[in-house]
Amino acid sequence: MTVAATNTPKSQSELGIILKGVCKDPLGLMGLIIVGTIVISALLATWIVPYDPIAMNIKDRMQGPSFAHLLGTDQLGRDTFSRVIMGGRVALKVALPAIFGAMAIGLTLGMIAGYGPKWLDNLLMLFFDTIRSFPTVMFALAVVALVGPSLQTVVIVVMATSIPTYGRVARTQTLTLRNSEFILAERSMGAKMSRILGVHMLPNIIGVLAVLAAMDIPGVIALEAGLSFLGLGVKPPTPSWGALLKDGYALIRQTPWLVIAGGLPIILATLGFTFLGESLRDVVDPKLRKNR
Amino acid sequence: MTAILEVKGLQTNYGDVNVLAGVDFTVQPGETYAMVGESGSGKTTVIRAIAGLAPAQAGSVKFDGKEIRGIGEAAMRPLRKDIAMMFQDPTGSLSPRLTIRNLITEPYKIQGMKDRDLDAEAKRLLEMVNLPSHFADRYPYQLSGGQARRVGVARALALEPKLILADEPTAGLDVSVQGELLNLLNALRERLGLSMVIITHNLNVVRHVADRMGILYLGRLVEEGTTEDIFKSPRHPYTNCLLSANPEPDPDARLERIALTGEPPSLLNRPSGCEFRERCPMASDICTNTPIWETAKGHGIRCLTPL
Amino acid sequence: MSDALLEIDNLCVDYETARGDLKALRDITFNINKGEIVGIVGESGCGKSTLISAILRLIAPNTRFRNGEIRFKGEDLLTASEEKIRSLRGSDISIVFQDPMQTHNPVISIGNQMVDIQHRSKAPKAEKRAYAAKMLAAVGIPDPDARLNQYPHEFSGGMRQRIAIAMALMSEPDLLIADEPTTALDATLEVQIIERLKNLQKDFGCSILFISHHLGVIAELCDRVVVMYAGAVVESGTVREVFHNPKHPYTKRLIECDPGHIKERARVLPTIPGEVPDLANLPSGCIFRDRCLQAMDRCTSVPPLTDITESQRAACWLNHMEAAE
Repeated sequence: MTVAATNTPKSQSELGIILKGVCKDPLGLMGLIIVGTIVISALLATWIVPYDPIAMNIKDRMQGPSFAHLLGTDQLGRDTFSRVIMGGRVALKVALPAIFGAMAIGLTLGMIAGYGPKWLDNLLMLFFDTIRSFPTVMFALAVVALVGPSLQTVVIVVMATSIPTYGRVARTQTLTLRNSEFILAERSMGAKMSRILGVHMLPNIIGVLAVLAAMDIPGVIALEAGLSFLGLGVKPPTPSWGALLKDGYALIRQTPWLVIAGGLPIILATLGFTFLGESLRDVVDPKLRKNR
Repeated sequence: MTAILEVKGLQTNYGDVNVLAGVDFTVQPGETYAMVGESGSGKTTVIRAIAGLAPAQAGSVKFDGKEIRGIGEAAMRPLRKDIAMMFQDPTGSLSPRLTIRNLITEPYKIQGMKDRDLDAEAKRLLEMVNLPSHFADRYPYQLSGGQARRVGVARALALEPKLILADEPTAGLDVSVQGELLNLLNALRERLGLSMVIITHNLNVVRHVADRMGILYLGRLVEEGTTEDIFKSPRHPYTNCLLSANPEPDPDARLERIALTGEPPSLLNRPSGCEFRERCPMASDICTNTPIWETAKGHGIRCLTPL
Repeated sequence: MSDALLEIDNLCVDYETARGDLKALRDITFNINKGEIVGIVGESGCGKSTLISAILRLIAPNTRFRNGEIRFKGEDLLTASEEKIRSLRGSDISIVFQDPMQTHNPVISIGNQMVDIQHRSKAPKAEKRAYAAKMLAAVGIPDPDARLNQYPHEFSGGMRQRIAIAMALMSEPDLLIADEPTTALDATLEVQIIERLKNLQKDFGCSILFISHHLGVIAELCDRVVVMYAGAVVESGTVREVFHNPKHPYTKRLIECDPGHIKERARVLPTIPGEVPDLANLPSGCIFRDRCLQAMDRCTSVPPLTDITESQRAACWLNHMEAAE
């Protein structure tokens, strides 16, 4: 409504508005808190953990929660709480670079496909479809079997298989925007393709992709956990949520704590990122924002 | 004196659809030319084809004596500062994530004029279109239609172009604001010696801004002349219908009009002969022959049974 | 008045927003008699759309009815049950929207859509289809039987709007609400639609509430007109009264601004400088005061909508001065 719009107070920074909007939404705030906790604990993991997460202490094996060991210990007497915190760092080390890498590459290729000449679009779409026809998990298993399990392998596999998702969304968005009047206006002033894509398309597309990314992160965390569960992710002494689950699964009759300690963070991270993503989706669009 | 814009036989096809079937018109320096037509007449395509934003398969477009049809974007770029465009949607033609300051100084950045003080230019331009300078920090969605339209005018005038191509400059504006915009355009045109092509379906607007006008029907001009002549004595029956289909805000002025029946035919299925004959109250047998373009006293019409 | 079909009394509607209550409609009072065409004219932000959604009770969740009544055939629509309202919509009250390109379902043929909306009738399908064809003919669609099989995209904008009118009239409503039905159309088609509406009104005898920002169209079609500004009625009366002898400065200025009014080429066109006030932060006094050339001290208090003649009413202190003199 124009009446309201003309009297809006002076613009704040884009990020400030987005954060404020997320905080106003209860689910968004919850997501923000969960994600914030995971990220901060991962960053400060070295200082937070009460014990060395890989130090064994056979005497104290398979204990339940106590003040000394908040989440008990595993079959080798390692402190589970310390392993959960360090496991979060591993999870983010896989998820964040993989998703942001895929987003950056997908965005660039998608915008070029959507705005560039038809033949380039066809070529890029063929490339996307080819990659998409690889099932992520099978592809990951095959690559791991070939080059051996490691963090980097997981990152690269996830990145490669996620590129088409972002590429396609970026392309669709670009196609809908390319004939809009503001893009025509830029063309009429003689703007080059790089400027049109970078200055005018990007800010209108990035929001959608950021939301998609936030919602994809839990999937990658789960994938990493799954691969580690199968023994194909990170190598054994390194703590990981999936490895915790795997150990706990084997020992579920003796102690349930390991499964809980490995499963709960995965559930929480999934919920947290999803809430944040959904809340972001509503907030990033300035046109939706003005109606609030 | 060379015409600022000379369009001859301009043709545009989208696939099989022949949108422009040869459009000819000239704009002299300092002149405002209005192209009037209903939706589907191809009027938007005309200015987009001139600016190289729509295809033009045949014909000639001369800007300041130089041919610019199909010269390619690289050759066109330096000319872009002399030809500015205004688009129909006041808000939709502004990049939504940019502040007004960035929007109106965009032309300087695109043309690589790095030596300009952009803040000062933004201030000058806002002042020129009578907007307060604190609007520089706002975003397009925070503006009313009229304000957004002014920003569009400011941006179009930033580089002091020689020619402005304006698509429905009053579309989406309230009546009380429409006048403001036309006054602004008229004043700026005089001050800066601009030439303008205005595309519109609103005849009320044409009367107050245009020196000459052309009536477009199915991608072809059917009548052309000075605004005064055409309003006083339209000669093509279609023009006459358009003029009488303009309801006045007076209940006693009801029903003094020539009924125009039906709707424009499909471009895929152009009628033979005169393309208006199926809707024309004056049509007779001879109209199935191709009508000629007849010029008398600078007032051209494409009709065999003129009024 | 006994022949009133729709009576709106002191209607106040707010929107609850983050910036406080947006007072979208304030003390709206007017009525529509049986068989009458009433026009509502006003510029963006005047509350036209809120008014329509209030009448049909198709409201956003943050809408609050603060005061007033909307009576349809004597029954208050604001307190009526949801079922009652649903049974009125599309049968006793129909609506034609602004954008003809978006009112029809693109994947269902026009014929099926026109049969579907007769879901309240028990008649056999063939009969419903015949009625649909009859209605298409009534709005001037040539060859209606064949065209029933076509899909919306096969019709032009003007035809689609006529089909929308045909569909709205199928239930033989008592009230047809037309929300800017000609705004998206060219002038030549606009005239055709208006002529058609006029004739249909005579045939069907329904009342029409015609909303437009186009003064010429209102003057052409309507019996009476209500002028709205920033969520309030500033003037109402017969079209002749309001267009020939406006009693509110806003109406006067609006008519002056209409370029259809100015026959000679004008160097400077009249305008109404200033902006519509912020409805979430309402200024005191007369709503038009900031933009009014004749504003005076007395305008710091809100002028009531008072009778000027038997049929004309305006909300301006100037009329009280004239009366006093």
